[in-house]
Amino acid sequence: MDNLKSMPRARPTADAAATEPDGFGFERSRRDSLRRKVVERGVHAILFLCALISILTTTGIVVTLLGETVQFFGEVPIWDFLTGTRWTPLFASKSFGVLPLVNGTIVVALVAIVVAVPIGLLTAIFLSEFAPARLRSVVKPVLEVLAGVPTVVYGYFALQFVTPILRDIFPQTQIFNVGSAGIVMGFMILPMMASISEDALRAVPRDLRQAAYALGATKFEVVSRVVVPGALSGILAAVILSISRAIGETMIVAIAAGLQPQIGFNLLKSMETMTAYIVQVSLGDTPQGGIEYRTIFAVGTLLFVMTLVMNLLSDLLVRRYREAYE
Amino acid sequence: MSAQAPAALPAADVWRPNQRRRRGAGWIFYGLAVFSTVLGLVMLGALLFDIFTDGAREVDWHFLSSYPSRFADQSGLRSALLGSLWMLVMTAIIAFPLGVGAAIYLEEYAPDNWLTRFIQLNIANLAGVPSIVYGLLGLGLFVRWLALGRVVLAGSMTMALLILPLIIVASREAIRAVPDSLRDGAYALGASRWQMVRQTVLPSASGGILTGTILALARAIGETAPLITIGALTYISFDPNGPLDIFTVLPIQIFNWVSLPQKDFHSLAAGGIVVLLVVLLSANSVAVFLRYRMQRRLQ
Repeated sequence: MDNLKSMPRARPTADAAATEPDGFGFERSRRDSLRRKVVERGVHAILFLCALISILTTTGIVVTLLGETVQFFGEVPIWDFLTGTRWTPLFASKSFGVLPLVNGTIVVALVAIVVAVPIGLLTAIFLSEFAPARLRSVVKPVLEVLAGVPTVVYGYFALQFVTPILRDIFPQTQIFNVGSAGIVMGFMILPMMASISEDALRAVPRDLRQAAYALGATKFEVVSRVVVPGALSGILAAVILSISRAIGETMIVAIAAGLQPQIGFNLLKSMETMTAYIVQVSLGDTPQGGIEYRTIFAVGTLLFVMTLVMNLLSDLLVRRYREAYE
Repeated sequence: MSAQAPAALPAADVWRPNQRRRRGAGWIFYGLAVFSTVLGLVMLGALLFDIFTDGAREVDWHFLSSYPSRFADQSGLRSALLGSLWMLVMTAIIAFPLGVGAAIYLEEYAPDNWLTRFIQLNIANLAGVPSIVYGLLGLGLFVRWLALGRVVLAGSMTMALLILPLIIVASREAIRAVPDSLRDGAYALGASRWQMVRQTVLPSASGGILTGTILALARAIGETAPLITIGALTYISFDPNGPLDIFTVLPIQIFNWVSLPQKDFHSLAAGGIVVLLVVLLSANSVAVFLRYRMQRRLQ
């Protein structure tokens, strides 16, 4: 109490405070205040540098990828790379047409999307429109577990569980095939698809739903004609992000889809994706600095550009629905 | 139009048009929605069941304490477990301060200018970069340019960059959740900005920051592709003893066993997965527990 009373006396000037300790830690000599200033500046600068790491990382990615890629294009014309249909950089007769890898990547991603989008969207609709709050609070974390399972585990599951089932149904299925990799990848992406779509669905204002009910719509009509159209840009963002994730996914395809670069759409056959190729080269003992080594950076650059474009697009779409409703 | 309305009133069933059909469609749709949700859960169940039936009997002390071998029945996880542990510790040491620092800067210090917005855009985009691209970054930057070689430190730095966006986003959310009244209170007592942050914001946000960091580190333990790219080996038969030793990690050892043609090694892979999942699930439970405690304290 004594201290409290002395406080107003101690406050008027800094000098007064310095000579008269008041027990609150307010006392401050000139030297202390200088020290405090230095500490503040220093901390500010250090924290700023921490934040700057993100820009440095991006720069690092771009410089590393481009450095090797530019050298690669010095030896292989960029046009041949982008339009060639034979990919045999590890063979004696080398061809550097990336299209087979792109084909494999897109086919796997398509299978994954066909699985993840309808199931994910319906799950999102169930969770946001139908499920009671308590059920929702149980189902959501369990689905998040699905998202947290390491991809190497999904790879094992695809090869050891899904592929045998596929081979029972379609005997001509190859051991390594795009189908099982794509299906399992779909379930890996599902939680992300569901969670982003659910956010978008829940962002649709309640007034719109109630207005539709007031017009006599059934629950299904409200969902299908008001809520889903209202959340469309967010759902689209989720789809694009899912595609981007599927394109960049590595371990499932490296384990279950095989290492045969080829163009085609047969889901029961083996195909190699861009990511699987990078793994294949990394596992081998390819000499550093050789053209084979540079191919992984060229493929990586293509992968980076494809996912970056899609991520930016999806970001744009999310921003659009946020602007519309918030 | 409206004057004629009474005469033109359609039959009463316009007001209740096809009730049965419309409600029926609703029920079918509801059924589909429930089915989809259950399907996701069933798939998770199948995955866990498949792996535990394949792998649980492999896990014993011998399996955990032996080096990998070309004989399946003598193989174990020892070097992979130790490698993962080293990776985990080093990654945490690098990523935690950087991530929390960046989050503090963005929430408490950053002015609203183009640079701040650019940093935020960068973090958002980095979160979407495929993990294997981080591997290429690590290979080009740490392994070759810094000439570290294929060692724990290079792997940890790569992994730290990979999980940095996750830590930053989670920490920012936790810091944002601290009520402004606490900040005002600290300022009113004469605290400088850093004193306010250190003594008020960080203690209140620590639960959320820790939860986010644990989840991010769990991701790092399970990540395989970037480490394969920087060249972590698949076969190590000695203990990694420091940041500059070559190493392998759990997921790479699992990948290696899955890729071998012999069936015995596939069971070993399942056993490795059981160990990996147990580690990850305990990390997740700790995170959930922390989140729960934090929520209770805030209430």
